[in-house]
This record gives sequence, C-alpha cells and structure tokens, in this order.
Amino acid sequence: MQADTLKGGFADASVQSAKAFRAAMNAMARPGRIELLDGARPPAPMSRAAGALILTLCDPETPIHLAGMHDCPDVRAWIAFHTGAPIAEPESASFVLGNWPSLHPISRFPKGTPDYPDRSATLIVEMPELSATGARLSGPGVKDVTGFALPEVASFQANAALYPLGLDFFFTCGSEAAALPRSTKVEST
Amino acid sequence: MTDQSYNFAYLDEQTKRMIRRAILKGLAIPGYQVPFASREMPMPYGWGTGGVQVSAATLMPDDTFKVIDQGADDTTNAVSIRKFFEKTAGVATTEETEKATVIQTRHRIPETPLHEDQVLVYQVPIPEPLRFLEPRETETRKMHSLEEYGLMHVKLYEDISQHGAIATSYAYPVKVEGRYVMDPSPIPKFDNPKMADCPAIQLFGAGREQRIYALPPYSRVVSLDFEDHPFDPSKADHPCDLCGAEDSYLDEVITDDAGGRMFVCSDTDYCRARREAGHVGAQAPAMKEGAGA
Repeated sequence: MQADTLKGGFADASVQSAKAFRAAMNAMARPGRIELLDGARPPAPMSRAAGALILTLCDPETPIHLAGMHDCPDVRAWIAFHTGAPIAEPESASFVLGNWPSLHPISRFPKGTPDYPDRSATLIVEMPELSATGARLSGPGVKDVTGFALPEVASFQANAALYPLGLDFFFTCGSEAAALPRSTKVEST
Repeated sequence: MTDQSYNFAYLDEQTKRMIRRAILKGLAIPGYQVPFASREMPMPYGWGTGGVQVSAATLMPDDTFKVIDQGADDTTNAVSIRKFFEKTAGVATTEETEKATVIQTRHRIPETPLHEDQVLVYQVPIPEPLRFLEPRETETRKMHSLEEYGLMHVKLYEDISQHGAIATSYAYPVKVEGRYVMDPSPIPKFDNPKMADCPAIQLFGAGREQRIYALPPYSRVVSLDFEDHPFDPSKADHPCDLCGAEDSYLDEVITDDAGGRMFVCSDTDYCRARREAGHVGAQAPAMKEGAGA
C-alpha cells in the first residue's frame, strides 16, 4: 500500500462531511448551481469535489463503478481505504465516477424500477470546467430558467424522459460541483 | 457546548451517509417516498424521530436551528428537540424564523415567508397519503408507480357528498410536479399554498414509517380539488386576539368554563414580533390591565 493512499481523507469527518453534504444537497436541490465542495485530497485524476462527494456519500453499502482513466490502482486503493466501498460492474453500481466520454453508454447504469425509482445510480462526471452558460435548465429547484454547460444535451433529455426513473448527475471540477437530477428539463440554446 | 461523548449531531457517520443518500434521491424525485433505515432515537416514535434524523444529517456546526411544534417554539416537543441539538451538535438556536437556517417543524409552516438559505424539516407521522384508503404497502406502492390516484379523488368526492364540501382540513393531499401525490404531513390546509414555489428546501422525515421525501425549491405543488369544488385554504374567520393579525392561522383557546374563548396565532414567533411592533388584538390590553375593555 502506498503511503499516499492513507492521506487525503477528511481530518474532521463528521463536520467536514456535514458541510460537504449541505453543498451537495444545495447542488441537487438547485440544478445547475455551482457549489464549493472541498476538504478531500484524492489521488489524480480525481477532483477534490469528487473526492469529497465519495467520502460523504459512499461506504460498504454503495458499490462504485470506476470508468475510464479513473479505474486506476491509486483511485481504487484510496476509495477502498477511506470508504470501504466495493468496486462494481456498471449494472450494479450505486455511484459511478468518470469523465463524460468514458461513461457512455449511460443506459447501462441502474435507472431504478417503477416501484423503487430511488434504486438508481448517481453519476459523478469529472469535467474540464464548470460554467453557468450553456444548456437551458428548468423544473423543480429552478426559478424560471437557468443555464449550465452540460457536456451534451441529447443524453440528458433522454434521461429526463424516463422520469420518475433515471440517473442523477453531479458534475465536478477542482473543488466545485453542480448537479442535475432526472427531474430537470434540458434544452439546448 | 457540544457534549463530546456524542458524535456531532448524535448519529454515527454511516447512518448519516445512508440518510443523506435518501435525501438526495428524494430531492431528485420530488414527492416520492424514499425508504430509509430509521434508527432508534432517544425519544419515542411519534415525537419527531424522522424529523430529528433528517435534521441530524443536515445540520452543520454554524447553522442556526429553530424548532416549532404546531407553530409554537415553547412547547415540550420543540424545547426538547432544540435542547437535544444544542447538546449534541452545539448549534446556535433561535425562535426567530428569519434568523434560522434549519427549521424543524411539527405540523405548521411558519407565517414569515422562508428564503433561499433555509431548510424546512417536517416531522411526518404517516407519509403515505393513500394509507387510510389502502392499508397494503404492496398495493400503495403499485398505485404510485402506475400514477393511479383515482381512489384519492373518490375520497374527496365522498367528503362532498356527505358534507357538501371537502371536509379534509389537515394533511390535505397534494400533487407534486404533476406526478406523485404526497402527504404534506398534518399541516392545516391553510399552509398548503406555502409549499408551492417556496424558495427554501423542504425535507420530510417519517421515523416509524421509515420514509424520507423532499421538495426542491420552487416546486409545483397543487392541492387536489375539483373544478366545481376548488381548494379552499380556510382558517378561523377571526383576527388574532393578541396581535390582531388577520392573515395568520389561529388556535382557539378556551379561557374559562363559561364559554369564554380567544383566537391566537398558532405561530408564536409571528405573533410576538407583531406585538413588539405595536400591533394590538381585541383581548390583549384587557388581559394586561385586568380591566374589562
């Protein structure tokens, strides 16, 4: 085990995870709004915000799927040491971590069942940048309409059409995060 | 000061993660009841264990916490829950709606409009709006998944056929974002319009029934009704006898055994703030001076 694996967790777990959760909750409740999510120092290529989300939400009960270059020994070891979450195949993942190209096709992740739409995956999408200009978002959590630079539009429209089934997304870059639940209507500008 | 023999906000971290995941899914599917593994809390079921667990998973050390019970800050349930989090989370507490960042409520929405930086946590006894119409969980779950809510309209129709009007006065069912029918917890129907288009995040916790649900800000929340019997958010037709407010929800208080009564704001903070601002109700000065007005 590398010494670096042991570093980068929350120094004060209960307080830092409470703050990280409030940021994550505000992001999920207000689609497209960019929130500060700091406190974790995960190994590359994970962003700090993605690290904070995983420390706050994942444990042995939540299988994580690592996609693309995020499926590397450093990330696997860090997640195993700090959360104990098992690494899983796409079909059985509760959380998914990767950049947008590596996540395709997103239809392979659990989207819930009609009886239990909550049994669906949450995707943490690592982004090169987060920007408030781009696709038009409207729906619950958004007063009138807001903007957010989604990596594309069609996949998110298809996801929203599955409502109440579907995937929920966090977008992370550096120590910032935004979210897009399945309930949000997405339009290209 | 925080009692160091407890983890921050009482619950262990794994429990909080489980509750937090349920809250996020609840926000993503407004009005849908997310099952969660409710814990034993140091208070009986029915005293707000669901709300307490949601608050515990939501609170941060720099929050200001307010608890109301039927609108009042000073009843047993409100005082004990406020003290619980003073002790285990070390958070500041307040009675002023305006200053609070997290408000836990039993059966009321504050009269003062909420703002964006606030979280309203409801204590919920029976989260399933269809439960008294269909006792089987397997069936109500199927009804929600098929969006089969005809039974609820039949119930409201039977109210009209028996009483001439929809007699449901609290826990009045709402439809969220045109999809899920939701129990707003036993708030008076007077409060239902405040849930719609609200800038604050609204979270609902049912401890005994092990369900969490949520409304993101600015959600569409519509009280069920009929075209010829539109929803009527009624209240006692009377001004508050202490502060004179005509727009607040009132409690009827019996004052003697000779038929004496008064109507007072159920929201104690709203009433106090109005009286401090100089508003006077019909019975307030008479009571103070002890003379018949």
